[in-house]
Amino acid sequence: MSVVGDIIARSRVVEHHRPWTRAIVDADTWEGVIDVLADGTLSLLSLWGEPGWAHAAVMAAGGGQPLVLSLACPGGRYPSVGARHPPAIRLERALFDLYGLIPDGALDRRPWLDHGRWDVRQPLGANAPADSREPYRFVTSEGESLHQIAVGPVHAGIIEPGHFRFAANGETVVRLEARLGYLHRGVVARMAGLAPQEAARFAARACGDSTVAYSTAFAHAVEAALEVAAPPRAQALRGVMAEMERLANHLGDIGAICNDAAFALMHAHCGVLREQVLRAAAAVFSHRLMMDSITPGGVAVDLGPDDLRILRDLIALVRDRFPPLVSLYDDTASLQDRTVGTGWVAPHLARQFAAGGYVGRASSRVFDARQTVPYAPYDTLGVEACVREAGDVNARVWVRIDEVDQSLTLIERLLDGLPEGPARTDLPKGSGEGLALVEGFRGDVLAWVRVMEGRVERCHLRDPSWFQWPLLEACIEGNIVADFPLCNKSFNCAYAGVDL
Amino acid sequence: MAMPRLLAEGLLKSAMTEIAPAADDEALAQLAARVDTAAHRRLGRSLSIRHVDAGSCNGCELELHALGNAFYDLERFGLRFVASPRHADVLLVTGPVTHNMREALERTFAATPGPKWVLACGDCATGCGMFSGGYACLNGVGDVLPVDVVIPGCPPNPTALLEGLLALMEDGRAKRHR
Repeated sequence: MSVVGDIIARSRVVEHHRPWTRAIVDADTWEGVIDVLADGTLSLLSLWGEPGWAHAAVMAAGGGQPLVLSLACPGGRYPSVGARHPPAIRLERALFDLYGLIPDGALDRRPWLDHGRWDVRQPLGANAPADSREPYRFVTSEGESLHQIAVGPVHAGIIEPGHFRFAANGETVVRLEARLGYLHRGVVARMAGLAPQEAARFAARACGDSTVAYSTAFAHAVEAALEVAAPPRAQALRGVMAEMERLANHLGDIGAICNDAAFALMHAHCGVLREQVLRAAAAVFSHRLMMDSITPGGVAVDLGPDDLRILRDLIALVRDRFPPLVSLYDDTASLQDRTVGTGWVAPHLARQFAAGGYVGRASSRVFDARQTVPYAPYDTLGVEACVREAGDVNARVWVRIDEVDQSLTLIERLLDGLPEGPARTDLPKGSGEGLALVEGFRGDVLAWVRVMEGRVERCHLRDPSWFQWPLLEACIEGNIVADFPLCNKSFNCAYAGVDL
Repeated sequence: MAMPRLLAEGLLKSAMTEIAPAADDEALAQLAARVDTAAHRRLGRSLSIRHVDAGSCNGCELELHALGNAFYDLERFGLRFVASPRHADVLLVTGPVTHNMREALERTFAATPGPKWVLACGDCATGCGMFSGGYACLNGVGDVLPVDVVIPGCPPNPTALLEGLLALMEDGRAKRHR
């Protein structure tokens, strides 16, 4: 029996959790799961909680069905996953800050989201008046001639806020530690108590550049919870939007990475293509970023014949303009000099952290939610993950280049086979729990929701960057400070999506 | 040979830049009441903008980035984003202002030399967004800084951003000629 099947067999399965199993486990099983996470048999998909309960989503490292484990935490404590499986550390710190659940045996008990600026502590748990706080201590580095460079939260460009603390020896980075949480808006707390359609507006604003991915993940979770399926036409249109979002972001990123290597020509040309994708999105889906275009039950905007022509013209345009840019990237030695070999992510780290998106796939991790846990409309399209082995900035650029081609083909196939019929369906006023995993441009977005009598009781959204930020810190070691922007842009990690 | 071909095409094709949009009258009027004539005489058509994300979802930032592409080409209006508040005339703030960003925003404002203006960009920043209040957020930039101009939208598209920014410029020129 598989490890996941074995855990289910030993646990009490929660009713009305769909489409995958949620199992209530005892502390021994929880500890056993930590063992198989630590030895790499399972991957951690997320860790979250609610008062009195810790939840973890896992799946077999080679793929398979996700599984949610729930452990009762009498006394507000649970055995720390992060103590033996580092990818969980920051999720545990966030869980403590919001709910007050204490990870027993944790190595790192520093706050994460709670910067000591709120009037309350553990706002979703004890909700007690705030207490005084020790200053935040960064991890120290010791050695001769080390100096610290503190950057942020306000950066030099038009970027989201976060603090980076470098320890460097001259130009060489010895350690980087990121401190995030500046953008914490209390997104999931605001979703509680709302009707799914209203809550979806918050999911759409969890992370602006992935609004389609988050909206789709949230819609899938709600639809699973309420046992309703969006009509085939809506699913196909969600696919078109998801690929448009991927296209826009990848084009923007490819240009921006080259710009951080001082090669502005690529940036200018990629910026034009990105703009054209956004304009087509505005014309067809009424919003440049396609915000609120996807709702639980379907999509908010349907396509007409003119819209199909706009999208086909866009595909033709990108097909015409993009290949010369790829040649330019590949033929410019001064640019390759910066991207090849820079910011190497070891394949074993990508596997251990279950890093999604181009970060994982550029380091040999074969995972793409569209392929690994296929969902409509991809289940019939047969998407194959674009994987590279080199693990450097260049490989992350190439995964994006391959995925631009892939997205163009997918949009074309989706338009060719666009089903007729309604584009949305009404939601029943039922109850249930749902889990969804959706491939955004940056990686897999996880959404979990509990709906009670037509209202969202609780929601959890996990951004792919939870498992990518630590790898950025790892890959910068030994690189020069000046290559940090390049490495950083090749990851393009989310801030708002992680801070929520 | 990709680079010479691309560069040659760039020389031969016509420009992509859009025709400059008209300044938004309401924004202009709002601004007119606040902007100091004498200071604008000095700034003229050279306005430096420092952006601060104080709790945005990143949607506003994407559209601010778009202002730099070949279609909008912000710098032709004499407007440019700068890397330090020390170089800035305008603070352009996005997001509802999270408690975790409040001090950083206040310090950025303090680091900006006077005369200076504050632009609240996007529905969150103007205090009418979905993320106001709660344990984690204030109610927009106006809770922390004196706001001179607001640009509504979720997010404002590049044209709306340009109109808001141009309102600042046009008004300055109008006063200078007076």
